[in-house]
Amino acid sequence: MKDRKDLLGLEELRREEIEKILDAARSFKEVLERPIPKVPTLRGKTIANLFFEPSTRTRISFELAEKRLSADTVNFTASGSSVSKGESLKDTARNIEAMQVDMIVIRHQASGAPHFLARSLDCSVINAGDGTHEHPTQGLLDVFTIREHKGRIEGLKVVIVGDIAHSRVAASNIWGLTKLGARVVVCGPPTLMPLGIERLGVEATSDLDAALDGADVVNVLRIQLERQKSALFPSIREYSRCFGVTRDRLSAAREDVLVMHPGPVNRGVEISQDVADGPFSVILEQVTNGVAVRMAVLYLLSGSEVEPKLG
Amino acid sequence: MTYAEKAQIMDDRAMARAIARISHEIVERNQGTEHLVLVGIRKRGVPLAKRIQQNLKEYEGADVPLGVLDITLYRDDLQQIGPAPVVRSTQLPVDITGKIVVLVDDVLFTGRTVRAALDALIDFGRPMVIQLAVLVDRGHRELPIRADFVGKNLPTAQKEVVKVSVVEEDGFDAVSIGEVVQN
Repeated sequence: MKDRKDLLGLEELRREEIEKILDAARSFKEVLERPIPKVPTLRGKTIANLFFEPSTRTRISFELAEKRLSADTVNFTASGSSVSKGESLKDTARNIEAMQVDMIVIRHQASGAPHFLARSLDCSVINAGDGTHEHPTQGLLDVFTIREHKGRIEGLKVVIVGDIAHSRVAASNIWGLTKLGARVVVCGPPTLMPLGIERLGVEATSDLDAALDGADVVNVLRIQLERQKSALFPSIREYSRCFGVTRDRLSAAREDVLVMHPGPVNRGVEISQDVADGPFSVILEQVTNGVAVRMAVLYLLSGSEVEPKLG
Repeated sequence: MTYAEKAQIMDDRAMARAIARISHEIVERNQGTEHLVLVGIRKRGVPLAKRIQQNLKEYEGADVPLGVLDITLYRDDLQQIGPAPVVRSTQLPVDITGKIVVLVDDVLFTGRTVRAALDALIDFGRPMVIQLAVLVDRGHRELPIRADFVGKNLPTAQKEVVKVSVVEEDGFDAVSIGEVVQN
């Protein structure tokens, strides 16, 4: 990671870099279990969290990770800021950088917004989810959670169910998992499946039962209810009947299957109540691991050796 | 950059004798092994602490708990050294509050590692006392820190490098002095 200033997506990371983050995350998980779960590593560093889109989990997770590393944090949400006065993204960010910020964490509804900032600013930029592009730290924490349970990624059958076309979580998972050698199957209605997804090295299907057969991991995506308004699927009930993960359907998977969900969960829609709270579910563990993974990313990027650009 | 050895300071037998003496001194100073916890600083403090633990078992019949401390996150030079070093885990098997903690490291030099280790330990609890055991004290302290148990005092020049090799990491036991040469 020494030649990397930013974390924008898992697409551009090499396998060794992903593994380095996962290994570091393991050590940070141990820090979180200490009586005083805080280390002085980023003392004196300032991190700005720019959230242009609503978020609970990711924002709190980043903020906790920053505080556990003793960084100073400032938070910014689009509502109640100068964005509502028409200030451009670049101006907002340059102003924040002018206040001597070392790192920016950004969540934005436009795909590529973090890349734009990374090009215009000297400070490190971390993508906390951009449009339908990527959500790299979610991808990393999913891979981390799988590796903690299975001991490996290589050779596992991982099924991702839901709105593949609009999901940045799916994209980051696909990049991360395929780089580490998993067999990835994506499953969802054809209207929510991007054309040519196979080129990313995954198998695509709209048959959930076939997808779940022998699966080691099922990652259930949140169905964005607003997509129904754009007529991409007929009704919530129909979606739930065809693609909802229930205990019955899960019996086709392996006995030690892991059930994951990036949250927030629509109970009874994409996942049934008993599966979400059942013995195979690691949904809350994902949240815990998220803090450790984000600490690892912040730590590794803080030591990057990239020369600041001039001008 | 490579390490060029100038002289061997200790062989395996000399190392074993020094560790044996340190083990005896720990027992003597603390009037037994009650409340003792050994904590090795990664990397080479860990195998040394393990050997002290075995000696205490042999001499006193006591099972003294052994912890492993990684000080990376507490270093004071993280902002200066460039790429973030690998973080490994810390494992302390018991609560150190009220205990006699003996920190073990291979070489005592500037004292900055020990400073970081003290800060790290204190985040885990409030020991009754913390003592420091090192195989080699090579001088050049930059902080007011001293060792309680020393295997060998070795006067060195600032530029020189003291290298401790242990079977567990390097395949053999030895202490040597040399310098780093630029190729």
